Amino acid sequence: MILALLILLPLVGSLIAALLPSNARNREAWLSGSVSLTGLAVAAWQFPAIKDGQVIRHEFTWLPEYGLNLVFRLDALSWLFTILVLGIGFLVVLYARYYMSPKDPVPRFFSFLLAFMTAMLGVVLSGNLIQLVLFWELTSITSFLLIGYWHHRVDARKGARMAFTITGAGGLCLLAGVLLLGQIVGSYDLDVVLASGDLIRNHEWYRPVLVLIALGALTKSAQFPFHFWLPHAMAAPTPVSAYLHSATMVKAGIFLLMRMWPVLSGTQEWVWLVAGAGVCTMLIGSFFAIFQHDLKGLLAYSTISHLGLITVLLGISTPLGIVAAIFHTMNHAIFKASLFMAAGIIDHESQTRDIRILSGLYSMLPITATLAIVASASMAGVPLLNGFLSKEMFFAEAVQIGGTDNWWMSWAALAMGIFSVAYSLRFISVFFGPKAEDLPQIPHEPPQWMRFPVELLVLLCLVVGIIPALSVGPILESAVIALLGDRAPIYNLAVWHGFNLPLMMSIAALVCGVTLYFILRQFFDLRNRTQVPVLHPIKGIKIFDSILQNATVAAEGLLKVVATRHLQPQFMIILIGLLGALLLIVPLLSELQLQDVSAIDPFFAVLWIIGGACAVAAAWSAKYHRLAALLLIGGTGLATSVTFLMLSAPDLALTQLMVETVTTVLILLGLRWLPPRLASMEKELYEHIPMRVRLRRGRDFFIAVFCGLMIAVVSCIALLSPRGESISEFFLLKSLPEGGGTNVVNVLLVDFRGFDTFGEITVLAIVALTVFALLRRFRPAPESAVAPRQQTNAVDPAVQQTTAEHVALGYMRIPAVYLRFLLPFMAMVAIYFFLRGHNLPGGGFVAGLIFSTAVILQYMLAGTIWVESRLRMQPYKWIAWGLLIAGTTGLGAWFLGYPFLTSHTAHVTLPLLGELHLPSAFMFDVGVFMVVVGSTMLILIALSHQTLRSHRQSSPPEKDALSLRSSI
Amino acid sequence: MEIILAAAIGVLFGSGVWLILRPRSFQVLTGLLLMSYAVNLFIFSMGLVWIDKPPLIENAEALNPADFADPLPQALVLTAIVIGFATTALYLVLMLGSRGLTGTDHVDGVEPPQ
Repeated sequence: MILALLILLPLVGSLIAALLPSNARNREAWLSGSVSLTGLAVAAWQFPAIKDGQVIRHEFTWLPEYGLNLVFRLDALSWLFTILVLGIGFLVVLYARYYMSPKDPVPRFFSFLLAFMTAMLGVVLSGNLIQLVLFWELTSITSFLLIGYWHHRVDARKGARMAFTITGAGGLCLLAGVLLLGQIVGSYDLDVVLASGDLIRNHEWYRPVLVLIALGALTKSAQFPFHFWLPHAMAAPTPVSAYLHSATMVKAGIFLLMRMWPVLSGTQEWVWLVAGAGVCTMLIGSFFAIFQHDLKGLLAYSTISHLGLITVLLGISTPLGIVAAIFHTMNHAIFKASLFMAAGIIDHESQTRDIRILSGLYSMLPITATLAIVASASMAGVPLLNGFLSKEMFFAEAVQIGGTDNWWMSWAALAMGIFSVAYSLRFISVFFGPKAEDLPQIPHEPPQWMRFPVELLVLLCLVVGIIPALSVGPILESAVIALLGDRAPIYNLAVWHGFNLPLMMSIAALVCGVTLYFILRQFFDLRNRTQVPVLHPIKGIKIFDSILQNATVAAEGLLKVVATRHLQPQFMIILIGLLGALLLIVPLLSELQLQDVSAIDPFFAVLWIIGGACAVAAAWSAKYHRLAALLLIGGTGLATSVTFLMLSAPDLALTQLMVETVTTVLILLGLRWLPPRLASMEKELYEHIPMRVRLRRGRDFFIAVFCGLMIAVVSCIALLSPRGESISEFFLLKSLPEGGGTNVVNVLLVDFRGFDTFGEITVLAIVALTVFALLRRFRPAPESAVAPRQQTNAVDPAVQQTTAEHVALGYMRIPAVYLRFLLPFMAMVAIYFFLRGHNLPGGGFVAGLIFSTAVILQYMLAGTIWVESRLRMQPYKWIAWGLLIAGTTGLGAWFLGYPFLTSHTAHVTLPLLGELHLPSAFMFDVGVFMVVVGSTMLILIALSHQTLRSHRQSSPPEKDALSLRSSI
Repeated sequence: MEIILAAAIGVLFGSGVWLILRPRSFQVLTGLLLMSYAVNLFIFSMGLVWIDKPPLIENAEALNPADFADPLPQALVLTAIVIGFATTALYLVLMLGSRGLTGTDHVDGVEPPQ
């Protein structure tokens, strides 16, 4: 539980931080600071428990059927990293409080920082490999957000994108590797995997697993050839760099190599892959660092080089090498964090980080300068500082592994030492020399608490450097035991080991480094050099950019070939795919046992001769005769409706009939907004059809005929095949005793499948609201807005009248009388169909459609303005109440301890009416009814209002006296 | 009976296919309407065709399910019809909006080069 708390704490902190106001710098810092301090205290409290190689494990069930559980696991190694993450995290928060400008949106910063901390803790505390990869990717994402924090800057965006692409891709490789590893071992649990080292090393998949996992680790810790993302990530605010590139993000790769060391190391492949990458990285990194002009750039390359050093130590895999690797991981985190912060202070105070401009800062920033010089000395490996100790261990291992066969190993180590001294000198050169005159801002010592983290870290450098065994001895030892177990070597954490070869190498590195620096300065114009000598062609970024560019171009090319933005070819491909799928049934045809065809009903035959003719005629005339096509489709719809009626489905027939009516009205409302298309206008085109068009039509005709034929054959086979098992029987048998209704279809809708129906009315409501919203934004074509010819004919007196006047005095007077009388009757019919729905054909859907038709008729008759001045429908309220009623009916079952939408039937005896049968499904049906009415009305009214809008645009506003917005 | 129903479904579907392959948005709208009839009839026909079978049950005792029309496809098709109306409305609005924005009723929003 404690371990889960460690991860949850920063996560919750991150969520809270995101919600604070944007100028709450102090509150953000207090929050984040206390989160990391609490975490630190919790972690420190665990130390006695894990000191002697014990492991704390907490397991939460996650996906047990896949062998995946949330496992949190703390041993001394992960404890060490936890302390680094939380400790450096705390100092960075403190520092960031002063570093961030009041103009920066701090909630985002602290929220991302805490989220990153969560992810990082997740990586080190995971006891399950899949879970580890999950948190690993989260560190990639959160570091992307942190590096790109100043997203108005191009370099920040680019740096963030690059870091994310590289580390994210590495994370995918890691996932693949971990999946393979899980297949080999049969479990993703870290303890099981750690116990199966021999199995893994001897497995035929060992090499792919090693390469994939190493790719994950090497990309994350910026090893050659993936190192180039790290310098570009320097576009981040300095606290982020101090955090990500000293103690956390890049150390995740190191952590992974250490974690996997017991199972993957011990082979030639491991040595060549890991140590090889490490050697290249440390040499390239340290050499490039000398020639940087940006303080942070120098530190970035130096970080790359130190990570390379640790990787080499892990690669050569001697027990003492592992000790040195762990030790250097701690030391590097301490001195590099302080150097980044010092660089940040210089940047903050003088507004530049350019080494060519900065000089003589010592007199202006004496304390910061002293601190930075001590930390740089540690980075260079000067005795009595922590960097010296671990670097000397590295020299010792390099010499030992090098021997006489691999002499180059010793020389590589020495070269790296020399370069480190040189770039450390370059870094502190900003404090000496003549006082710079042209700084953008005269620097002063920063606030005390901004410098405090640097002071504390430099103090640690000294303490560890002078009394290593007393200060970090126990921590290091327990981490070594956790990693090496009984292979842990005997070592002596002392400052003085006598005059031996490593000490000679240290001295040689110091002397040569100083010499190299001054030679470069005097004779090679180090201050103004823009190009790194010899190694300058190594530019990972160029390769990266060109790969990205080529991929983009290739993707565009591929899209041109395989995709189209035209609708018709897409439809065609879908249909051809459908036909292809249908052809798959051909081999099965011989096994069919078909029943005999039943006798043909002549009425049915005639019905479908008409219906089919209507469909074909509609297809023929839809281009030039839209109204005719619409009517013909109505004819087909009627034929469908009659078919439903004949084939024992009265509910369907009713619904189809009503939908037919409403659809026709709907499309009629839309027709006027379409562009005129008359055959006579396109006569030219009509008479001389080009060959291309003929071919296209022929092809489409063929597809259409073939599709129709196929679907007819399939339906015929389906109709003539014997019935299989069906669940319909269940509904028929249970409908009356358990649903309390004799109309099985309605009982199905509102009771058995009530949840489906609830979903369907929700869809209906969403569509109606979408239509309404779209019509508020969309403008129909302006050229269709002018009144049609029929309404501008001067001979016709009706042209002078408004629609309301038509009804009162004009042509529409007689229909108006009829239709207004009809309204209450139609409402009554709707209620009748609604009430009888449970037992006889009818129900909420049908009744809703009938009621809508009744209202629509009034609109058609007298016009929108007239109706809305008398009858305010407010359809959205109908929708809202309908959904609410249906939903509450369903929820009611919950309160009585039944699943959602369980139906209950109450029988009430009332005077006069006799016994009333009141199922709860009835209330549900009321909801359905209201949603159907509301949706239909909303769609139709929204559409009809378009006409008013265009009138409003073209005519003076006094006609439009009513507030239409309030009525819809 | 079955042959006529199957042929009807085929004719409706074929006409619909022809229309949705046309370039004008109104043609596609009508095509979708015809296809939805065809598909509704198709789903409905999966419950077999029963002429004059009672769709309502009157007596829960001694009920032989084989004597009644299959309620399941009916319930499915009923909601399909209503949802079909909603999608038609949505398509219509998109069609009008596209026409207003692009000035053409071609489905791609641009007139093809002549």
